[in-house]
Amino acid sequence: MNTASLAGITGALLVGLGLFGLVTNPRPLRKLLAFNLLGSGVFLLFGVLARRGAAAGIAADPVPQAMVITGIVVAFSATALAVALLLRLFEETGRSTLRADPPSKAAGDGSGA
Amino acid sequence: MTVVNALDIGLAALVLALAAWTVAAREAFAAAVGYVAYGLLLSLVWVRLFAVDVALTEAAIGSGVTGVLLIRAAARLRGATPALDEPLAPPLRFLAGVLCAMVAGALAATVLLMPDPAPTLAPQAVGNLPSTGLGNAVTAVLISYRAFDTMLEKVVLVLAVVGVWSLAPDACWGGSPGAPRPARPEAALAFLAQVLPPLGIVVGIHIFWVGADEPGGAFQGGAILAAMWMITMMAGLTEAPPVSSTRLRLVLVSGPAVFLAIGLAGVVIAGGFLAYPSGSAKPLILFIEAFMTLTIAATLPMLVAGPPEQPPQP
Repeated sequence: MNTASLAGITGALLVGLGLFGLVTNPRPLRKLLAFNLLGSGVFLLFGVLARRGAAAGIAADPVPQAMVITGIVVAFSATALAVALLLRLFEETGRSTLRADPPSKAAGDGSGA
Repeated sequence: MTVVNALDIGLAALVLALAAWTVAAREAFAAAVGYVAYGLLLSLVWVRLFAVDVALTEAAIGSGVTGVLLIRAAARLRGATPALDEPLAPPLRFLAGVLCAMVAGALAATVLLMPDPAPTLAPQAVGNLPSTGLGNAVTAVLISYRAFDTMLEKVVLVLAVVGVWSLAPDACWGGSPGAPRPARPEAALAFLAQVLPPLGIVVGIHIFWVGADEPGGAFQGGAILAAMWMITMMAGLTEAPPVSSTRLRLVLVSGPAVFLAIGLAGVVIAGGFLAYPSGSAKPLILFIEAFMTLTIAATLPMLVAGPPEQPPQP
């Protein structure tokens, strides 16, 4: 197996891991982290295509590379906006959860916090 | 060959182990620290794929700046009540695991089944390099062939700043971004913030400048400059300019504005939006990149600092 295929499998597993974290972890910040993992796995798949597209004397197709560079910056922008939203939610409510209502057993301490 | 192969496998295993740690760690803070290490190792994978430009971007922005953002958020959210966030029931977790394993398996199979060598645009990208005057095909794609993408991405950065700032409480509007600085900065951090920037600024400008012909460019250089500004702000040596500052706003929009202006000028001079007149393509590209570097160096710290949390100083 060559380096590109190995990186491709790594990317696929990263997408799976990120998706698992995104679906199963209830905390928003952890979801964000997992989503970034998922994204970096997708970027890695682009890198595999770029490496396999080596031609004309350069070791990797520059077009997917440029798209990934743009993607990394856009992913950062989106993460920063999400973090700002999350911190504002925490400032306002003292909570950092996506639940609309506290569950009944925690109603006593959750409503006014 | 086999030694290199073993190194590749070891690197992949480390990357996956750190990714698993990021998902599984109990504390969000520990997970965020794991994510930074993960990003740095991932940039080594990018080097192994011969994508050095991407490796630099991943190390600087994907790992470094995103890491600072997430670590600070995790530190501030430590006081949040975790009791409300119950994890999924075990059967559902198992089901989710099966689903994710299937997604990963299908993707891996697709990667292995895809044609190798893949269809490529590399010959066209390299063949048209002389008309741009550049030596780095990735920079040529970013600033010339697919300039529209890159320009819109700068607009995304500015929009993200607008979005973050719009979350400021009314009383704090016009103040400096971020939480108030501690009165007494930590000595080690302040020392680092004095020693590092002279070197970092030179390295950042160098990486921007060589990006025309070697790996590097506006994104990578700008991110390093941004890191230097962030570290001096975190150490309390400089105060972030207030969000109402006209100079700050001009710097933030200068990159996309210059890009757009030159792109529109291309309609008249070179016969197409974002077309460069032949012969003067390279100076124009470097001119655009210089302002893009400036915009990135100012935007990233503003995004990390967050909305203003203190009223404006009179």
